[in-house]
Amino acid sequence: MPGAEVELAGIRVAFDENVVLDDVDLRVAGSEVIALLGPSGSGKSTLLRVIAGIVAPDGGTVTIDGVDMTATPTHRRGVGMVFQDNQLFPHRSTLDNVAFGLKMSGVGRTERHERAATWLTRVGLEGFGSRRVTELSGGEAKRVALARTMIAEPSVVLLDEPLTGLDRDLHDQLVDELAELLHGSDATAIIVTHDVAEATAIADRTVLLDDLQPHGTARR
Amino acid sequence: MNRLPGWLVGLLVAAPIVGLLVFYVWPFGNLIATAVDGESVRTVFGRSRTWSIVWFTTWQAVVSTALTLVVGLAPAWVIARFDFAGRRLLLGLLTAVFVLPTVVMGAAFLALLPESLDRTVWAVIGAHVVFNLAVVVRTVGTVWEHLPPDMEHAAATLGASPPIVFREITLPLIRPAATAAAAIVFLFTFTSFGVIRVLGAAGTRTIEVEVWRRATQLGQVDQAAVLALLQLAILGALAVWSSISARRSSRALQLRPLSGPQHPRTRNQRLLVAGVAGATAVVAITPMIALVVKSISTPSGWNFTAWTDLGSAEVRPGISLGLDPIDALRNSLETAAWTTLFATVIGAVAALGIAAARRGGKLLDAGLLLPIGTSAVTIGFGMLITFDTTPYDWRSTWWIVPVGHALIAVPFVVRATLGVLRAIDPQLSYAALTLGASPARAWREVVLPHLWRPLAVGAALAAAISLGEFGATSFLSRSGGETLPIAIEQLLGRTGSLLQTKGYALATILAAATIGLVMLVDRTGALVGGRSGARSDPENRTSRSERAGR
Repeated sequence: MPGAEVELAGIRVAFDENVVLDDVDLRVAGSEVIALLGPSGSGKSTLLRVIAGIVAPDGGTVTIDGVDMTATPTHRRGVGMVFQDNQLFPHRSTLDNVAFGLKMSGVGRTERHERAATWLTRVGLEGFGSRRVTELSGGEAKRVALARTMIAEPSVVLLDEPLTGLDRDLHDQLVDELAELLHGSDATAIIVTHDVAEATAIADRTVLLDDLQPHGTARR
Repeated sequence: MNRLPGWLVGLLVAAPIVGLLVFYVWPFGNLIATAVDGESVRTVFGRSRTWSIVWFTTWQAVVSTALTLVVGLAPAWVIARFDFAGRRLLLGLLTAVFVLPTVVMGAAFLALLPESLDRTVWAVIGAHVVFNLAVVVRTVGTVWEHLPPDMEHAAATLGASPPIVFREITLPLIRPAATAAAAIVFLFTFTSFGVIRVLGAAGTRTIEVEVWRRATQLGQVDQAAVLALLQLAILGALAVWSSISARRSSRALQLRPLSGPQHPRTRNQRLLVAGVAGATAVVAITPMIALVVKSISTPSGWNFTAWTDLGSAEVRPGISLGLDPIDALRNSLETAAWTTLFATVIGAVAALGIAAARRGGKLLDAGLLLPIGTSAVTIGFGMLITFDTTPYDWRSTWWIVPVGHALIAVPFVVRATLGVLRAIDPQLSYAALTLGASPARAWREVVLPHLWRPLAVGAALAAAISLGEFGATSFLSRSGGETLPIAIEQLLGRTGSLLQTKGYALATILAAATIGLVMLVDRTGALVGGRSGARSDPENRTSRSERAGR
C-alpha cells in the first residue's frame, strides 16, 4: 500500500494537570521516513499514540491522506505500530504473532502462514515459526515485532524507540536492517528516538518535537 | 529458630499433631467407616432423589459460577485499569460482602427480594453471585492489572476491533485466572449450605444440606456419610481437573504492569467507569441496606421493637420462643472467645514447630490445611458421630463447638505467624548469642517481639470465623447453646413478623461484627507486613478466611 500523508494540527494532550503536548503541528509526506527527536518524557511517544488512536487528543486533528481520523478507532486507521517493548502476544507462537494482522484482514490460514514464514525469513528468523515468543532473545523479538507490523502493509508505520535496550553491535546491525526495511516499503514512517545518529541513519528527515510546539516544550 | 532443643521442637510439633489426629483424622476415618457399608451405598445410589440432588447441586453451582464470572469481569477490568475516586472503597466493599457469614448473606437476600422471589433457586443464585464477586474481581483483576494495555493496543493497530482484541488477546491471557476464580466459586457454591438453608425452599437441597438433613433430621447417619463422601469424591475430581488445567494453561507470560491504573481521560471512559463502579456498588451494598431496613420495618410501621425486645424470648405473654436471641449472642461471643484462645495457642505452637522442624514441619503444615479443604458440614458430622460413646461422649461438652471452629481457624493463625517467623533473619539470633544471650533469651529478645502482631491477626480471623461458622455448628450445637448464625436461621424460618425482624437485627449485628474484625485484620496485617518485612498479604488472608465460614 502506498504511503499516506499524515498531518497533525494543533494537537494538545494533557494527563490530569500535566500538559504533555501543546498545539503540535506536523506534516509528513506520503512514503517519507521521518525521525522524531526529543528528550525522555517530552511527549514523543504520546504523539505516536495520538496518530495511532491509542490516546485521544484534548484538542487538534489527525488527518491521514486528507481524511480526518481524529475520532476513528485504532483498528480502522490502517496505522501499524512497533512498540518499545515489542508487545508480542505471549500465548501465540512466533508465526501466529507475525500472521496476526493478516488474520484480522481475513486472509486464510494457509496463505497467512506462508506469508508469515516468508517475512520471518526476510528478517533473518527462518525456522523460528514454532518458537514461543517468550523464548526469543531481545534482537529476535524486535525482528518479530517489525515483521508483525510490516506484513500487514500499513500505509503509516509508527516506531516507538524500536532499538532502545539492545546491545551496541545488535543495535548497529538493526539500524541498517530497519533503514532498508522502511525504505524498501512504500509506507510513511515516523520513528521516535532520542539517538541522533540512529535518527539520521534511518530517516529522510529529522524533526525536533520542541520545534513543533510554538509555545515551547510542554512539561509533564 | 533452628537453635531450639530437639525435645522442645518435638513437643511443639506433637501437640498440634495430636489435636489433628483426635479431632480431624479420627472423625474423618469414622465417617468413611460408617459409609463403607454396601447396603447404605446401594440405598443412596439407588434412590433417584440422590441423583436429582446431585444434579441440582451441580447445575446451581455451574449457573452461579458462570454468572459470577460474567458479572465480575466488568468491575475487575475497571478496578484493574482505572484509578478513580472510591476505587479502594469499592474493593473494600466487595471484600466486606465476601467475608460475611453465609447465613447473613442469605438473610440479606431474603430481606431484599419480594416474597414472590425469595425461597427460590434464583434467590439462591443471586446471593451466590453477589457473595463471590470479590473472588473474580480480585483473582482476575490482579492478572488484568499486569496485562500491559499496549498488548491490546498492538492488536488494535493490527486491525483487531475491541471485541476481537478481547477474544484473541485479553481473554486467553486472563483465562488461567478466570479458571482459578471459577474453580473457587464453584467449590463455594457446590458446597453451599447456609445460603440454601436460609433462602432455599423446603425441597431445595444441595448435597451438603441433604447430609445435614439425613444425619440430624432423619437419623440416617450411614446414608448421610455416603453422601458426604460422594461430595468429597466429586470435589476431589474437580480439584484434580483444576490443577491439571492450571498446569496446562500456566505459561511464562512475562506480564508486567506498564504504568498501573490510569485516570479515565475521555468522556466515554469516565461514563463507563462511573457506570460499572456505581452498578457494582449498588449490587454489593443493597442487600446489606435491606438487612438493616428489614430489622426496623414491622407491619405497624418503622420502629426498633425488634432491637429493644431482642432479649425477650416470649412471642406472646406466656408463650416462649424457645430461643433467646441475647443468649445466642452470648453463646457466640463465648464460643468465639474460646475458639480464639484455642486457635491462637495451637496455631502459635504449630507455627513455631513448623518453622523449627523444617522437613517434618512441611508435613504438619500441609496436614493442618486439610480441615479447610473439607467442608464444615463434613467436619461437624464426623465429630458428631465419633464423639458419641463413653468415654468420648463429648457432644454435650461446652468445648466441642469451639474445638470444631478452632480446627478451621488454626491454619489461618499458622499462615499469619509462619510468614513473619520465616522472615526474621536468623543472623539476628546468632548476633544475640555472640553478645552473651542464652538461646532462650535470644529467642525472647529477637523472635518473640515480632510474633504479637501476626498472632493478633490470627486471633481476629479466628474470632470472625467462629462468629460466622454455621456448617459444623449445625451438627455440634445443642438446644440452648445456639450461636448467632443458628439463631438467625431459626428466626427467619419461623412465621411472625417480630421473629423475622429479630432475625434481621441479629444478622445486622453479625454482619457488623464480622466486617469490623476483618477490617481490623487488614489494618493489623498491613502493619505486620510493613514492620517485619514478612511477605504478608492481608487481602489474601482475608480471602482465604472466608472459605471457613461457608
